[in-house]
Amino acid sequence: MATTTVHRSARTRENASAAGRVRAHSPYTNWFYLPAAVIYGVLFLVPTVIAFYFSLTRWSIFDSKFIGFDNYKTFFQEPALVSSLWHTLIYAVLTSGLKVVLGLGLAMLLTSQIIGRGYLRSVVFFPVLVSTIGVGLTFTVLMNPERGLINQSLDLIGITGPGWLTDPSLALISVGLVDVWKGIGLATLIYIAGIVSIPQEYFEAARMDGAGAWDNFRHIVLPLARPATVTVIILSLIGGLRSFDLIWAMTKGGPGFTSDVIASVIYKQYQAGFYGLSTAGNVVLFLVVTAIVLPLSRFLNRKEVEL
Amino acid sequence: MPRKNFALSAVAIVLSIVVFLVPFAFIVLTAMKTRQEASLLDFSWPTQFRFVQNFIDVVQARDYMLIIAFINSTILTVASVTLMVVFGAMVAFTLQRKRSKWNGLINMFVLAGLIIPPAVVPTIWVLQKAGLFRTLPGLILVEIAFGLAFVILLFRAFIGTIPRELDEAAVIDGAGPARLFFRVILPLLKPVIVTSIVVQSVAVFNDFTNPLYFLPGDQNATVQLTLYNFSSQYNTQYNLLFMNILLITIPPLIMFLFFNRQIVAGMTSGAVKG
Repeated sequence: MATTTVHRSARTRENASAAGRVRAHSPYTNWFYLPAAVIYGVLFLVPTVIAFYFSLTRWSIFDSKFIGFDNYKTFFQEPALVSSLWHTLIYAVLTSGLKVVLGLGLAMLLTSQIIGRGYLRSVVFFPVLVSTIGVGLTFTVLMNPERGLINQSLDLIGITGPGWLTDPSLALISVGLVDVWKGIGLATLIYIAGIVSIPQEYFEAARMDGAGAWDNFRHIVLPLARPATVTVIILSLIGGLRSFDLIWAMTKGGPGFTSDVIASVIYKQYQAGFYGLSTAGNVVLFLVVTAIVLPLSRFLNRKEVEL
Repeated sequence: MPRKNFALSAVAIVLSIVVFLVPFAFIVLTAMKTRQEASLLDFSWPTQFRFVQNFIDVVQARDYMLIIAFINSTILTVASVTLMVVFGAMVAFTLQRKRSKWNGLINMFVLAGLIIPPAVVPTIWVLQKAGLFRTLPGLILVEIAFGLAFVILLFRAFIGTIPRELDEAAVIDGAGPARLFFRVILPLLKPVIVTSIVVQSVAVFNDFTNPLYFLPGDQNATVQLTLYNFSSQYNTQYNLLFMNILLITIPPLIMFLFFNRQIVAGMTSGAVKG
């Protein structure tokens, strides 16, 4: 390595004098974009763009007929469909809020002097890698109102557990909690990376000034782990707004439509053969995600760190 | 050096067992039970161990569907992740090295790929026009298209740390773009290649939504879809269901045991910078 470095500086000088010739042999070519551009363009960009047209049509397997904004009217008039919009927002805010709070707490715990730190980090992170459907089906059994492990355990200490997935007012929240169980490892990991990168000098200086654990947390960790917070919020909002498989595995949007989100409505309408309506749902989801995530990430990334 | 906090450690370990280990223990225990015992859904030690029998039953179910599904998932994962990584690295390299007026636009597309939810039915429409709907190659291409953005992001950050002088030296030695990239640059990207392979393999292997939409049908099932073999609304064979969950958790578990460090590196990259 050392020898190449020496040679290199001599060659660079040579290059500079013959810049025109080197430019003609530029080692970078736009052809390298081609394979990725074709696949991404054809299977992601084109569908995203034509979705806007097809959402304005009555569309079946055979043909599509332009019907203006009727699909959107249906979407915003049908109570079951409108409620899916609210459920999506509740689900995303609930899960990303809990992931921020619990993830930061766990990361503080797992960067402190604690026994079994490696074990704890592994065990918290492992669910991230497990199949979402597997997790969903497992918790559906554990949350069974009469025989499930959760309510059986609550019975032992004299509490009658609720019907986690059968109570219409609770189903969406229960699925959200399982989502947090599965995803908390990633949030924790991101926070750990953020906390570890804080220079130790800050904590030493704070100790000189007689700061306690709370002061450390409030005035050093919280402001300096801000990039991690931004990442966790953005990632879990994107994931939460698009969430489909966990909800599908646990409740299929039920009981009734009380845990239906936009993504599950898209699937249900697709299954029922209402392709136009399904695509309108997709466009709505697209607009909701960009309308929330883009301004939020701009706002969160703009503010400077204040100690 | 502050002393270790024993009380806090004890609480944390007990809580971790209750919250994180019990669900996994439940999966393993139920996978070993007889059908009657499993249907009680309780957390108990099996009276009869049926591990081998359940294993055979799951594998044989519906004409060895699980075996076919494992083959399908393996092809899907290997093919899509390989191409995703090569194509993504090529884009990231050119994007990082070459200044052009398109860079802003390409960066925007990369971000769009991370944020925008794919339009499902229009994608099916495109696949159908290309004759790729309900085919494994079609699904492979879809996974590549949806996974590229994340790979490009990972690679771009890493390629920034490789000195440009290396490219110049290779060019002086007569290397063209392809030679420069595949012979000189790609070998240097090994850490980030391993990271992206591991992270994306787990993601593709665990993917449920895309196979559900783009590769429906029993003979094409991927492993995630086999979970629905044993559950119907009234008659679920819980012992076999949980055996199935156990079996499809093994590949990610192996990944986790061998590549823990790379997974962590990949998933937290960019977190510190924001």
